[in-house]
Amino acid sequence: MTVLTLALLVAGGSFCAGLLGALTGLGGGIVVVPMLTLLFHVDLRYAVGASLVSVIATSSGAAAAYVREGFTNVRVGILLEVATTVGALIGAALAGVTPTSALAVLFGIVLLYTAVRSLRPRVEHTLLTTPDEWSSRLRLDSDYPTPDGRQLYSVRRVPAGFTIMFGAGVLSALLGIGSGILKVLAMDQVMGLPFKVSTTTSNFMIGVTAAASAGVYLHRGYIDPAIAFPVMLGVLVGALLGARILTRANPQWLRRVFTGIVVVMAIEMLYKGFTGAL
Amino acid sequence: MPRVSDEAVEQLVGRLLQVGVLVAAAVTLAGGILLVAQHGPSPADYGTFRGEPDYLRSLVGILRAALSMDSRAIVQLGLVLLIATPIARVAFTLVAFALQRDRVYVGVTLLVLALLLFGLLFGIA
Repeated sequence: MTVLTLALLVAGGSFCAGLLGALTGLGGGIVVVPMLTLLFHVDLRYAVGASLVSVIATSSGAAAAYVREGFTNVRVGILLEVATTVGALIGAALAGVTPTSALAVLFGIVLLYTAVRSLRPRVEHTLLTTPDEWSSRLRLDSDYPTPDGRQLYSVRRVPAGFTIMFGAGVLSALLGIGSGILKVLAMDQVMGLPFKVSTTTSNFMIGVTAAASAGVYLHRGYIDPAIAFPVMLGVLVGALLGARILTRANPQWLRRVFTGIVVVMAIEMLYKGFTGAL
Repeated sequence: MPRVSDEAVEQLVGRLLQVGVLVAAAVTLAGGILLVAQHGPSPADYGTFRGEPDYLRSLVGILRAALSMDSRAIVQLGLVLLIATPIARVAFTLVAFALQRDRVYVGVTLLVLALLLFGLLFGIA
């Protein structure tokens, strides 16, 4: 294959990943690495470098739209960023000494987990309004707009959320993903933030976390221009288009298709990891 | 001095991020077109990891080569600009907390910013 053919094919695949990721709300970053390694036989390290860059593109590109809605809790985001950036730097250091077959197995597990979570319905939990010790000390409590006016909410279990975020940072760096599912899990399920606040704050955090490890990978030579440019541009255009047509699409049907793709990739990553073929 | 609302700052930051991404994407696209024009027909082999040459790994090297129109370095420059957008967002958040005289969060944000700049400027050996 020539550089030109590879760039065109990778750009097309990345466009689809970005589009489906935006339409289903699962993010395209999770399928970029499996696509590059399984389909185009790109080395895992180049794939991780390119994927991280595309994760930053979608996160920053979507920020303007998210900001307008006014759901982001900047204090929660920046506080948890301490955990994710430390995790990302440690993950980037670990990536240099972890065998690629182990990374492939880990990737397979994360893909399977993503598929399982995506099929579970999202139920908004009851919001806590009585103050929590950590939350009031760090002034994390806030409010967000709902159809019935502004709704106050309190944040709980801050140390537990902080710990999960550290793990999300490590995974993000090791696998080149945004770890959005883990971030939303920490904020939504553990810390009790409203779902919309979790999603938008997670988007803010994804770009920052990915920037920490992408900087390290640039110095380590993981970011190859010929691979990274079609991935970055493809995912970005796909994600921006996806956000535009979101209201007209049928997410339920698309979610099932995307989940199917994720499961197939998970099985293949696990197989390649265990047989040492990656 | 009037207090700056979180929302007003975030609105501005959201716009700036969008502009940052568009500029980064434009530079990357220009470099990508040049790269394909120069190296398009050569065989692509990324199955084995060799690592990038030194000049594509450091900020100074990338900038210098991009100025002499090296297509790979121009792509890399676009990617560096992209990596810088979330870092800029954290820097704006720092300013917002400083204007609100929120010492605790100025400290927290400074820590995050320092970690990010450390990664981008020095990497980890």
